Amino acid sequence: MSKDLTIKDLHISVQGNPIIKGLNLSVQQGEIHALMGPNGSGKSTLAKGLMGHPLYEVDSGEVIFDGVDVLELEPNERAKLGLFLAFQYPTAIPGVSLANFLRLAVSAVRGKGANGSEKDGLIPMREFRRELREKMQQLGVDDSFARRYLNDGFSGGEMKRAEILQLAMLEPKIAILDETDSGLDIDAVRIVGESVSQLIGPDLGVLIITHYPRLLDYIRPQFVHILLDGRVVESGGWELTQVLEAEGYDPIREKHGIDE
Amino acid sequence: MATSEKNTMEELGVSKEYQYGFHDDIKPTFKSRKGLDEEVINQMCDIKGEPDWMRQYRLEAYEIFKQKPMTKWGGDLSQLDFDDIYYYVKASDRSERSWDDVPDDIKKTFDRLGIPEAERKFLAGVGAQYDSEVVYHNIVEELDKIGVVFLDTDTAVKEYPDLVKKYFGTIIPSADNQFAALNSAVWSGGSFVYVPPGVKVEYPLQAYFRINSENMGQFERTLIIADEGSQVHYVEGCTAPTFSSESLHSAVVEIVCMKGSRVRYTTIQNWANNVYNLVTKRAFAYEDAQMEWVDGNLGSKLTMKYPSVYMMEPGARGDILSIAFASKGQHQDAGAKVYHCAPHTTSQITSKSISKDGGRSSYRGWVDVAKGAKGCKSHVVCDALILDKDSRSDTYPVIEIGENDTNIEHEARVSKIGEEQLFYLMSRGLSEEEASTMIVNGFIEPLVKELPMEYAVEMNRLIQLQMEGSVG
Ligand SMILES: Nc1ncnc2c1ncn2[C@@H]1O[C@H](COP(=O)(O)OP(=O)(O)OP(=O)(O)O)[C@@H](O)[C@H]1O
Ligand SMILES: [Mg+2]
Repeated sequence: MSKDLTIKDLHISVQGNPIIKGLNLSVQQGEIHALMGPNGSGKSTLAKGLMGHPLYEVDSGEVIFDGVDVLELEPNERAKLGLFLAFQYPTAIPGVSLANFLRLAVSAVRGKGANGSEKDGLIPMREFRRELREKMQQLGVDDSFARRYLNDGFSGGEMKRAEILQLAMLEPKIAILDETDSGLDIDAVRIVGESVSQLIGPDLGVLIITHYPRLLDYIRPQFVHILLDGRVVESGGWELTQVLEAEGYDPIREKHGIDE
Repeated sequence: MATSEKNTMEELGVSKEYQYGFHDDIKPTFKSRKGLDEEVINQMCDIKGEPDWMRQYRLEAYEIFKQKPMTKWGGDLSQLDFDDIYYYVKASDRSERSWDDVPDDIKKTFDRLGIPEAERKFLAGVGAQYDSEVVYHNIVEELDKIGVVFLDTDTAVKEYPDLVKKYFGTIIPSADNQFAALNSAVWSGGSFVYVPPGVKVEYPLQAYFRINSENMGQFERTLIIADEGSQVHYVEGCTAPTFSSESLHSAVVEIVCMKGSRVRYTTIQNWANNVYNLVTKRAFAYEDAQMEWVDGNLGSKLTMKYPSVYMMEPGARGDILSIAFASKGQHQDAGAKVYHCAPHTTSQITSKSISKDGGRSSYRGWVDVAKGAKGCKSHVVCDALILDKDSRSDTYPVIEIGENDTNIEHEARVSKIGEEQLFYLMSRGLSEEEASTMIVNGFIEPLVKELPMEYAVEMNRLIQLQMEGSVG
């Protein structure tokens, strides 16, 4: 049975400022959702709040995944549950190679004692390397990438690809992609778009945060939501992106009586 | 992925004994009474059967030591009681114990730490009779063929008196500082290395192979002479915490890098929490010679250690890479000193410190450029990582420049483990402890990758042990 992430009347504040103010949304495994909204409307706040960032305080509301109260969990436990966030601005970890980090992350998420795991709880090196190389090839990233320090000195595009590589390796059930297309050149958007759509299947639900419909050409969402003033004010299908493209956010603001 | 095995995060679950190091009752065959005077020194010389010149050297050093006031700078030495220390303990040459007598949990700990077999037995106090001795003999034989001398310093005094006499105490004279004077008076053990001109020693000379009863003395004295165009890498120290019944460890390391030679000296020390570790390390580098210190300090109550390089002739180069991990109740006062005594000399100091659970680390650095030493370059980077609000880090850089035509850069950074970094790693499934350990290991990676492989692995594991249980 496919699992879903259900957000009910969620309120999140940052340093005492309410940013998300009563948001409702539900994403099921196998579904593709797009979330659009103007700068500063709270998209990243929602994403980080869902993942459990300590700075983003949940004041009220519910987030349930597969019957589990997500808000009670530490970020790593959320990851183990199957949530994933591709960051808008990934953080550099100097001195830690992408491969070292990923081996630990993959082992943690798949669980100690998972099939074939070694006594130290890590997935066997060989198996890991093979898998990593395979996924890197699919993503069109160079082998040397694995040895580089995580996000340290990565170009904008490299960072985003590294995020998708992590997504591919960690095999989450629900993934939030926070502007994974921004900062990418046209070819890179295509590569990222194609590789994400390869990953999409009945086991993966995606919430794509984006400003540009281009990425959505590769990953056609079934649902499009518009975030304004901390709430989802409109939900619809593909046509909503076309409306936005043509008219911008003003008509929607007016309709809902929201000041800029 | 050369480094990928390094960061393996295992559940070590190391026993409590480990934290304080393993020790056992090796019966000493001789133990001087507590405290120090001429009689104790004379007794020591008698037992060692030392030549007169060394006896004189010791007694003179003792006079100097008596006159030196207690060191006031650096860390807090007020608890150090010179009268409450045994200055000479000679353990039995042939320990009666065997590997089978070593408790299982200790063996298991060594296993988990992946400590090399030879070092393990040594640490457990059974090294002298076993493999390590064989290994040492094989190495000495190999070295002998190329004219390299690798002995404990006591033996060297007897077998190579001229060579020892010529250099002993010339790099670090007894009068240099209080602890150099003390060491000069009561030294025991340590290594003596001589590498003939043009000889390149292909593998690191490891102190732990040079097993004898006095190897782990508190007052080691090491002297390395690299003759013209030679090359050697000396590795010292055990990464497992070293138990010492005595609270003072005060070593002296002197290195002579002759023209065109290259010496690297790597130390990783992890002392028990009661130890004052006060070490003087200095190298003279002559024309185009290169000296590198790689120095890792964990444990101890107070460490004061500032490896230094005197660049005596043009083209000399000094590199000092140091790392300190100060945990609860510990003060790591570490750093580096470089003296540009000749033109066109170059130095690089990289210092990294980590403070945790109220630990304190200080960087104390000295860059000196002599008048007329034109075209010198020095680059200093010190990075401090503070893991919690109870911990502390300070830098005390001194730069003395007697020459305008120089290029000196000094960068200092203090950082905390970023909330963003932790969140990023945790959002990928790592626990808070795994995440902070990974960040710390990343922080010291530039140093760790300079270490021989097995030491690098151990270093990462040590960091992991230090980090264990640190986050709630
Ligand atoms: N760490 C923070 N500290 C202070 N304010 C923050 C923080 N994170 C978010 N905010 C504030 O919350 C509001 C929403 O920011 P958020 O990053 O969620 O917007 P966004 O919709 O993702 O915008 P963009 O499209 O530009 O990425 C903004 O006013 C922002 O300044
Ligand atoms: Mg954003």
